Order: sequence, then C-alpha cells, then structure tokens
Amino acid sequence: MIHAKGYWKAKLVSLAVLAVLLFTGCGAGDRVEASPVSGEITVYTAIENVLAGRLVETFNAHYPDITVNLVRDSTGVITSRLIAEAANPQADVVWGTAASSLMVLEAMDMLEPFAPTGLDRILPMFRAESNPPTWVGITAWETAFIVNLPELEALGLTIDDIRCYVDLLRPELQGNIIMPNPASSGTGFLTVVGLLELYGRDTDAGWEFMDRLHENVQDYIHSGAGPANMAATGETVVGISFGFPGISRLQEGAPVAVVFPERGSGWDMEANALIRQDEIHPAAQTFLNWAISDEAMAIYNEAFPIISTGEGGSYYGFEGQNPVDQLIDKCFVWIASNRESILAEWNRRYGG
Amino acid sequence: MRGKSKGQFLLLCLMLAAFVIIMVLPLFALFARAFQDNTGQFVGMANYRAYFANPALSRALWNTINVSLVTTVFSVTLGFLYAYALTRTNIRFKRFFRYMALIPIFIPTIVHAVGLISLFGRQGLITQMGFDIEIFGFIGITLSHIIFTFPQAFLMFFVTLEYADGRLYEAAESMGVKPLTKLFKITLPEIKFTLINAAFVCFTLAFTDFGAPVVIGGGYNVLATDLFVQITGLFNFNMGAVVGTLLLIPAILAFIVNRVTNIANMGAMSAKSTKLKVKKSLARDIFFFAFCSLIVLFFLTLIGALAVRAFTTFFPFNMTPTLGNFQFSPVTGGVGSFFNSVRMSLITATVGTAFVFVYAYVAEKTDGFEFLRKIAKLFSVLPLALPGMVIGVSYIFFFNNPNNPFNFAFGTVGILVMANILSFFSVPYLTIMGALKKLDREFESVSDSMSAPRWKLFTMVTVPLSLPAILETFMYYFVSSMVTISAIVFLYTPRFRVASIAISHMHAEGVFAQAAAMSLLILLVNVVVRLIYEITIHLIKKRRKQA
Repeated sequence: MIHAKGYWKAKLVSLAVLAVLLFTGCGAGDRVEASPVSGEITVYTAIENVLAGRLVETFNAHYPDITVNLVRDSTGVITSRLIAEAANPQADVVWGTAASSLMVLEAMDMLEPFAPTGLDRILPMFRAESNPPTWVGITAWETAFIVNLPELEALGLTIDDIRCYVDLLRPELQGNIIMPNPASSGTGFLTVVGLLELYGRDTDAGWEFMDRLHENVQDYIHSGAGPANMAATGETVVGISFGFPGISRLQEGAPVAVVFPERGSGWDMEANALIRQDEIHPAAQTFLNWAISDEAMAIYNEAFPIISTGEGGSYYGFEGQNPVDQLIDKCFVWIASNRESILAEWNRRYGG
Repeated sequence: MRGKSKGQFLLLCLMLAAFVIIMVLPLFALFARAFQDNTGQFVGMANYRAYFANPALSRALWNTINVSLVTTVFSVTLGFLYAYALTRTNIRFKRFFRYMALIPIFIPTIVHAVGLISLFGRQGLITQMGFDIEIFGFIGITLSHIIFTFPQAFLMFFVTLEYADGRLYEAAESMGVKPLTKLFKITLPEIKFTLINAAFVCFTLAFTDFGAPVVIGGGYNVLATDLFVQITGLFNFNMGAVVGTLLLIPAILAFIVNRVTNIANMGAMSAKSTKLKVKKSLARDIFFFAFCSLIVLFFLTLIGALAVRAFTTFFPFNMTPTLGNFQFSPVTGGVGSFFNSVRMSLITATVGTAFVFVYAYVAEKTDGFEFLRKIAKLFSVLPLALPGMVIGVSYIFFFNNPNNPFNFAFGTVGILVMANILSFFSVPYLTIMGALKKLDREFESVSDSMSAPRWKLFTMVTVPLSLPAILETFMYYFVSSMVTISAIVFLYTPRFRVASIAISHMHAEGVFAQAAAMSLLILLVNVVVRLIYEITIHLIKKRRKQA
C-alpha cells in the first residue's frame, strides 16, 4: 500500500473503482461472463502475499465457481519449480513473475501464446513481441536506494547527498551498502543490467563502475527485498533494492527515504503467461483476461507506480513526474541472450 | 525355520524397496544430470571440471568444510560439557537445564539467524553495548549452526554419560588416579563412540543447512546457498546436481567411519554396570552451574528477541504492544498453515516412526542376509547428508514424471510426508538402533527355540521394551517436520501450505513481526509435544519400577 495518500485512501479508491466497475459493467470480467466457466486452476505467482490475496478475492467476487490454487514464492523458486515440472506441468498459469524469467521458460517452449481480452491497452514495451504474445506484463519494478536516515546522518551525510549511482561511491559509505546478488535475485540482476545499459553495453564502463561500487559494498545477499529491509532495521545505511519494500517499510514507520536514481532505474516487469500443456483449462484464460482488466490494474497500481497500461497517479518519489519515465531504455532481447555471460562475469569479479 | 527366514527375507526386501523408491531412484533422477549438459547429452565429468576450474564456485566447498569443522568442534565441546554438568556434577536445576538445552531444535534455523542479527547486528543489543563482531558471513553462519547442533550433541552425550559404569571410577578412585588421567583414560574411551557419532551429526547438519546461511551468510558462499543459486537463480540443474553430489561427502565419510566404530564398539555394554556416584566438589559445581546458566541465558535472550518482535507493532520503531501479529495473512496460508504443519508433522511422525522401527529391526535383528543388511545400513546414514533442497528437486524429477507409477503421490500431502521421513531418517535410526542393540539377541534365540513366530516376539517383547526410543523417534520426527523449510519448499502444494514456509515468506517480505509470531507458535507446539513425551516417559518408568 504505497500510494502517497496512504493506505486507507487507497483502499477506499479501490473499493470505489470496484463499485463503479460492477455498476457500469465495463470491467473485462463482464465480457467473459457470457460463457460462465468453472473449475479449479493452479496459479504460480511471485506477487507479494498481501497483494496476491486481495487480487484473488476480487477475482472470486466475479467468478465464484473458479477455484484458484495459489503457489506464492520468490521469482527464483517459482521459475525453477516450473522448469523442474516441465515434463508434467502442475501450473495452469504463471502470474506476476519476472519477464526475464518468463523468457527463460519461453526459450524452453513452455509458454502457450495467448492474447488476453484488452491486450490493446498494454504498452508495446510491456509485452512479448510475438503475436499472440507469449507473455503480457502487468507492472514494472525498478532499482531504488533505501536509505536509513539516522545512520546516514551519523556518517555526516544528508539525503540530498544520495541522488544517483555515483553518490554510492562516496568514501563515507564504505562498508555501508548492501546489494542483492544478481545470480539469486531478480532485483540484483536488473540493477546490474541497468548499470551496464546506462554506461553503454559495448564498453566496460559499467563494470568499471561496479568495481568501484564493490569497494563500498558491505555484502551481497540472496534477496531483492532484503537490502531494503536491512536498511529499514538499520543493519546497513543504503540498501540497493526496489521501490515497493522500501516504501512499505517507510509507511510502517521505519526512518528511511526511498531514492530513485536520477539517471534512471534498471527495471524488469512482472508478467503473466499461459503454461503450455495438452489441455488448456478455459478458466486459466478467464483468469488471464481478468488479470489485465482495469479492476486488477487498479489494485496492482496501489503497490506499483508503474502499470503496463502506462496510466497511474501521483506517487511517492515521483511527484510531478510520470513514473514510466524513471525506467531506462532497455533491450530485453540483448539481456535474454547475454544473461548467462553477464552473471558469469559478475560472479568472476565479485562472487565468493 | 525355513519359513521364518523367508518371512524375514521378504520384510528386508520390502524395506529396501521402500528406500529405493523414496531415495535411490529420485536421487538417481537428479544426479544423472550432474553428468549431462542442459540438453540431456552425457558429458562425463565435464561439469565437475567446470566446477573446480571456477574459483568462485569451488571456494564454496572449502567455506562449507571450514564452517562445518568449526561448528563441530564447538558444538561437540559445549554439548559434552553441558551433558557432563548434568550427569557428573551436583548442580541444581538439572531438569530445567536439560529442557532449556533443547530450545534451538524447536524453531527453524532461519529464526536463529534472525535472533543473532537482533543481538549482534549493527542495531543489536550486544553490539550497542560495544561488542562488535562481524555477524554477517562466516561468524554468523557458524554461530547459527552451533546453536542448532548443540542440542543434538548434548543429547547424545547425555544418554552415554548417564549410563556410564560407576565401577571404573570407583576403582580409579581407590587407586588414587588424578582427575585429568581419569578423563583421558576412562571418560574419553567410554564416550568415544558417541563422540564420533556426535561429531558427524554436527558436521553434516552444518554442512547441509540452508536456512541460516541464506539469512546471515551474506556473500560468504557455502554449498547449500550455491545449490540454491544454481537452481533458483541460474536455473542450471546440471551444476545444481554437481553441488548436490558434493553435499554427500559427509554421508560417505560417515559410512566409512561408522563401519570402523561399530567394530570398536562391540561388547562395550555390560549388564553389570553400576550407577556412578557423583563426588562433592563446590568449585566444580560453581563452574558448571555458571557454564550452563550462560548457555541458557543466551538461548533465552534469543527467544526474548523473538517475543519482543512478535508482540510489538513494528520493532524497533513502534514499540506499542499488540497481538495483531498473530493475525496471519490468509495468503501465506494464514493460521491454517499452522494447523497444516501440525497435521503434516503428526502424519510424518506416525508413519515415519513405524517405518524407522521396522527398518532398524530388520537391519539389526534378522539372521543372515549379510549383504542386504549392509546395504540397508548404508542407506540409513545417507539421508542425514541429503539437503532438503536436493530431496525436493529430485522428488519433482522422479515423482512428477507422468510415466511413473507413483505419480499419483505428487501434489499431495503424501509427498511432503515422504520427503520428511527421508530427510530426518538417520537420527531416529541411530536412536532405535541403540535401543535394539541393548536388547539381548538371546531373545531371538529363545523365541526361535520355543518355535514362537518372530512377529509375536516383535510385538510382545521388542516393541514394548523399546517404547522410550519409539516415543523419542516420534517426537523427533514431529519437531523436525514442524521446522523444516528446505525439504518442502519445492513440494508444498497450493492447497496445503505449512507454517515454516510461511515464516520464510514473511521474512523475505519483511513482515518480521508475523514471522516472529509464527515462530513462537511453532516453538509452543513443540514444547507441548516435548512435555507430553516427558510425562509419558515418566509414567512408563514409574510403572516399570513398580513391576
């Protein structure tokens, strides 16, 4: 619940949106209700628990006859479970899971192309290029610095000193930065890729920057939200993480500020896809249709400033700015084909 | 007699077949990948060469050995001293000390790590007092492992020391032998077997644990976190399988050493042993009382840190007391996940205990079939060294194959129960084996000479006499299944979520207060089960004394 105006307001807004949708019958859901489907589907997701639970509840308000069995875990566990189960898929739908992971599944021919109702509203940058698309994005998440203010002051710095990546090289921050390991964390990976893209893919400048950053890094850990949580509890001064956990901790009362680097953020998106199998459950398609409906988008939007329709309100850290502009230009094809070599290079320089 | 041995042979085969299905075949399905590339082509040792050629990878092996060795030295020493205090001194509150020593095995290892951070992290209680140790990395992992393995070492020494032969000490006493000489000439030889076993249990648990290093390890890579990175980060199941095979090193070592110690241990027990009389020594008692108190104080501080988190709104910024953290989000399975855990653990404990007991019985008490029994004994030590994650992934590969006749078990509670039974098999096996070894083999000879069927002997004599070991096994399975994360993270089903998984999710999502609350619930139910166990044991002992 990270809307600038706070939790309750956001909740009221979403209720109002829900009411309007129900009354006017303009939700994507209504379009499918003509042919009611029922049954049981298994959905794998990396969407945060708090959010996933409310989304499924809302879905069931429209489709009480569809039972959604949710497997919720980190992006890595969800993806590797899907790959390991490839011989006999257990999931019908993968929902809200990193697009970079879905591309791995796509390369293994595990995704069934499907164009959900309302696909035309999704910005081209947030969907697979193929038609019908193998995956469709719903939200984006982006590199952010979560800074513990009292600890920062103790180092003789203020929040105005931390505006962009180069500020992380300040000598005061030596041993005071926690970063996720890109091999085990999607956030770590998008940050590393973001730096490489910002400094130029074809040069070594990105790696040279990270060499210097490495001098200041206290530790690399196996979780993307972890650095934000560690900054919130004062275990570090700066946690390189993403917006959601930082702003959540901020609203729970942690003395932190969330900084989106001025030069732009590396990013990835949470996307949906249909799992390829002999028999596709019709309820799986119903779910995927609903999962990009305006109603679902409104709920994603409470936690994620950036949704794939490109619409959104005013958010913490993005005052007077469209959050989408925070995202750097990014070439998913380049990333997908270089994923292994980037991780190997990172591991060679900073691993172990 | 022929019919009898045929029945024994069938039972032995049945037990071995069960093990082949729950362990050998799934492991084969995974480990075959260590010798394949990602398209399934056989590549021989190429993956191993790649592993050892990459210093960032192979360093994890040495790190793991390092952590495990240090853990073993500390756990075994502390466990021995603690057990010594409770059996060979006159300190007070022995019962209290005995129960408190077990606290660490009642909560998931991830929780120890979180507790250590709240004591030794930057904002930690002890750090704020001016003692700054670098908790993230080697020290944190090792400390967590010492905490977790200490109770196991303590329990093993406690049992051995309690049943020591007092006559030896009395004899040494009358000959005027010095205390240190007594330690080296009587006590150490007496506990040699336990010492080796305890060392291996500690070493292996530290070698394969995943919960602590992932939270507190930082960039200090160990094999278990490497396995996690290979599988969940790089989706490289081939290299994951390579790491998985390396994790088996202690199991293979354990088997080799176990062969040796088994022979050395022959005839160590005597029916004529007398109970040891503890001499008076104030200095000794003060030392050991202080020692035990320190350890208990440390454990209580960890639990205290947990409780503070669980009962405040948002530690450390909003210290308003609240019970709200016990209202779990329904998506993590809510409070239902807690009851699922209890249910799963009860099933695991019931089925597991029966399985281990019958298994140990046929491995120990059958006549002949030396070769099959040797295999049965080899199987029994391997699970100790199987990290939960290896079991989980290999179960997917094996059981989720549509051509597998056991495919029906996948996606049910059954698969979780199976994974748990396998995962925690070795320690109960040792317990039951120990109990069975104490039963005279004469029982079998007498029973056979009376032409009584073996099953009658089994149900009327063997089981009742082993009841304490059976109850202990039941409790061990229950408690372990309540706290395990890595064995089931790849297997839990959407319809059946469990509390320990919920804790790891809550931790990852930063809802530390709920994670602490759930940990307290797990601790509570484990303490209750332990209490029931203690009371039952007490009643059994009382009845035996009367009889």
